[in-house]
Amino acid sequence: MSARSRELVGIVVAGLIAGAALASVAIARDAEVSAGAATYGALFLGLYLAAHVVVRRTVPFADGALLPLAAVLTAFGLALNYRLDPDDAARQALWVVIGVGVLVGTLIVLRHDYRVLESYRYLFGVAAVVLLLLPSVPGLGERVNGVRLWVHVGPLQFQPGELAKLCLIVFLAGYLREKREVLAQGRLKDFGPLLAIWGAAMLVIVQTNDLGSALLVFGIFLAMLYAATGRALYVGAGLALFVAGAAVLYDALDRVRERVTVWLHPWTDEPVYCALNGRLELRQDCASYQLVKSLYSIANGGFGGTGLGRGTFTSTDGSELIPYLRTDFIYSAIAQELGLIGAAGLLLCCLLFVVRGMRVALRAEDGFSKLLAAGLTFGFALQTFVIVGGVLRAVPLTGITLPFVSYGGTSIVVNFLLLALLLLVSNRANAPR
Amino acid sequence: MNARIVRLTYVATALIFVLVVMTTYWQTWAAPGLADRQDNSVKRVAEFTIDRGLIFSFEPRKRLARNREREIDGKTLFFRRYPQGALTAHVVGYSTVGRSRTGLERSLNDYLTGATGNLSTLVDKALDELRGRPVQGNDVVTTLDLEGQQVAMDELGTRCGAVFAFDPRTGNVLVMASSPSFDPNLVEESFERISRITADCRPAAPLVNRASDGLYVPGSTFKVITASAALESKEFTPDSTFVDPGYCTVYGKRVNNFDTSSPFGTITLENALAYSVNSVFCNVGLKLGAKAILAQARRFGFYVRPPLETPVDERAPSGLYRNGELYVPAHDSDVDAGRMAFGQERMLVTAQQMAMVAGAIGVRGRLMETQVVDRIVAPNGRVVTRSRPTLVRRAVSKETAQAVARMMRLAVERGTGTAAQIPGYSVGGKTGTGETGIPGSNTTWFIAFASRDEESPAELAIAVVLERQSGTGGTTAAPIARAVMEAILSSTRENP
Repeated sequence: MSARSRELVGIVVAGLIAGAALASVAIARDAEVSAGAATYGALFLGLYLAAHVVVRRTVPFADGALLPLAAVLTAFGLALNYRLDPDDAARQALWVVIGVGVLVGTLIVLRHDYRVLESYRYLFGVAAVVLLLLPSVPGLGERVNGVRLWVHVGPLQFQPGELAKLCLIVFLAGYLREKREVLAQGRLKDFGPLLAIWGAAMLVIVQTNDLGSALLVFGIFLAMLYAATGRALYVGAGLALFVAGAAVLYDALDRVRERVTVWLHPWTDEPVYCALNGRLELRQDCASYQLVKSLYSIANGGFGGTGLGRGTFTSTDGSELIPYLRTDFIYSAIAQELGLIGAAGLLLCCLLFVVRGMRVALRAEDGFSKLLAAGLTFGFALQTFVIVGGVLRAVPLTGITLPFVSYGGTSIVVNFLLLALLLLVSNRANAPR
Repeated sequence: MNARIVRLTYVATALIFVLVVMTTYWQTWAAPGLADRQDNSVKRVAEFTIDRGLIFSFEPRKRLARNREREIDGKTLFFRRYPQGALTAHVVGYSTVGRSRTGLERSLNDYLTGATGNLSTLVDKALDELRGRPVQGNDVVTTLDLEGQQVAMDELGTRCGAVFAFDPRTGNVLVMASSPSFDPNLVEESFERISRITADCRPAAPLVNRASDGLYVPGSTFKVITASAALESKEFTPDSTFVDPGYCTVYGKRVNNFDTSSPFGTITLENALAYSVNSVFCNVGLKLGAKAILAQARRFGFYVRPPLETPVDERAPSGLYRNGELYVPAHDSDVDAGRMAFGQERMLVTAQQMAMVAGAIGVRGRLMETQVVDRIVAPNGRVVTRSRPTLVRRAVSKETAQAVARMMRLAVERGTGTAAQIPGYSVGGKTGTGETGIPGSNTTWFIAFASRDEESPAELAIAVVLERQSGTGGTTAAPIARAVMEAILSSTRENP
């Protein structure tokens, strides 16, 4: 079976999964399959079939598993958002449509040779830094939950950190491809731009309090540096620098300190000072409230989960039990309703996406394509790890999105852009010569 | 570059593998611990979709807790109602969305929600879930005697205190009353009405289960333990004679009898208990030493939380307390044995513990595990667990128990506890008046057992404790004990 045929089968399977999940939510809520659920299901399948047609035309040799995997992940996100709030699901569906549109547009524009991107590498580098710092520009940025992530331009609002990640990967792929020999020799003056990136990552933490984005950006940078130079020493030194920088910031920034304290000791037996209301409270009732409630949600799922639509996210009077459930904590909602089986299934999809993405990097022929695909894929894996690991208390919790799943327009669109780039690289690598 | 990309793939794979491991950890290994946490509102709310098991009294069989269904957002939720209101509030406790759970509602939550049990219960639960039906929990039948409980609450009235009564042969708890009480139906929506409850003590603390969690100075009721230790030591017999000077000298200080106007002169140990002569017990205590008396107290169950199905933190262990913590003296000289022998010296006890002491004496020294749950029944009528009488240990030898029982009967026949006499029954008891140092603010006690005749084992043991009394245990607590015992004994006579 050709890659495209496998892709078609995969998309049909993803459509069935989405349809079954939406129907299940509708049945749990209204005891019948509502028109809304059916519409979403049909729309979902039609959308991805359309994407498939474009893929078939523009990148016929691309990997056949990536698009269906992305479809399954968006199905998880849509079903959960539909279950939590049907209005949000409509907006999320719209964003998926826009995301697929961006995917299609990117494929069409770059179908001949995506490597033109390499020549704009410094532009991407500058764009990455600007985007990262944009939320801290007065008048543009909005502080949500103590973290500056959002930018408002007129009626539009978006999270530039997500896009910055992508720009940075393109820049690094170009820059490292060009400089990797000299970098491997270890001449000090060639490290200037790299140190600049480290400095930018630290600045991001200071300016936006966003530990998660900084961790993500810096992790991608180290991974790509290692892939380009093969010098494990750089990775070690980079990690040491990051830890040292984070340690200094840990003392300097309350926000960072609080995140780490919450991570290490979410429960207290004695009341401690609560910065939210200035009183003495148990930490689980104050700073670690979100994390602890999310863990309770996960634990309530158990092995098989409560079933879609039957989880407990609101109190008997309708008030929310778990804040930020649709964005940061979508994983704890999935883990409760679908249980260990469903959550592991989701992670398995992520894992397959990562393995396929890395395979694209392995099969690519030129350094830029290899670095680009490896960087994009590693970024996807690291982002999944940082947010899900945060929800699971494996690492300090930071508010970034789960790729393709979380509610949020920027995140969805950027991840489709990532998918488009992977498909382009893959198409070129597999194309017969 | 490919070898490095393969290594990166390993790293990325490892990252996601860590997530799978952590998810597994929280959903399997750590889940029971999280489910038990008091602040786990997710679990607590989730359990309101369960058709929670009912709670019944034993005699007469009435519902102490039932469910009221309400439809919210297409979900059927089951809210708790407590038909008996304040009567059994402390034992049954409450199960609410806002304020968590207490009492049996908390400690038996896994049974009431059908979360534990054997395989067939779990299979039934899984089938209910698959069919989309509400899961049904198991019903709990308690051992409580509702008439005795009612009499106890009526007798306590506005006074603060507790009554604990049980069958010392089986350990079955018949009455567990704590005053002031509260209406558990108000906890969810009008808690401020509970916080406004007043009584003859301040703070009124209506939520505290004084029967098992209220720590009080035992006063002279502790002499039962001292007398047991004295007889067990073989250094004394009931007929050992003492000369009562009206006081006892401890470390150069005089400890007076409660009423020093008329010293008893020469008196036997038996009469010293019947008339509650402090000086005699003071001297017995000095002779035995603190450690020997405490060892006897331990055999009666002191220094551990008394057994019961209610939550652990609603039961307090009895013993010596220092700075709010249980305190075990390392040497005899650390504690004033003379004062401890008649129940002063930072000794704090619960009504439940003192009822267990009286009960063990009444049934020839056998200390039984107190239990308030008779059985737990699955929705299909099958009995999940049935409680059986369980011996904790022999607290004293049969001979000692019979001798101390005789002394206690003497106290009711012609000593300080005559107010507890019940026609047709042989009652043995001991009064206690713990002085708090404030006039009119004594803690008064009566502990007792009742049997058909002097030869048969006791059918009933009781402890009554009252706060802030101006009278003595004999005038305040003993009448309550008699009234409750009569209520229980008359119902058991009708249903032998």
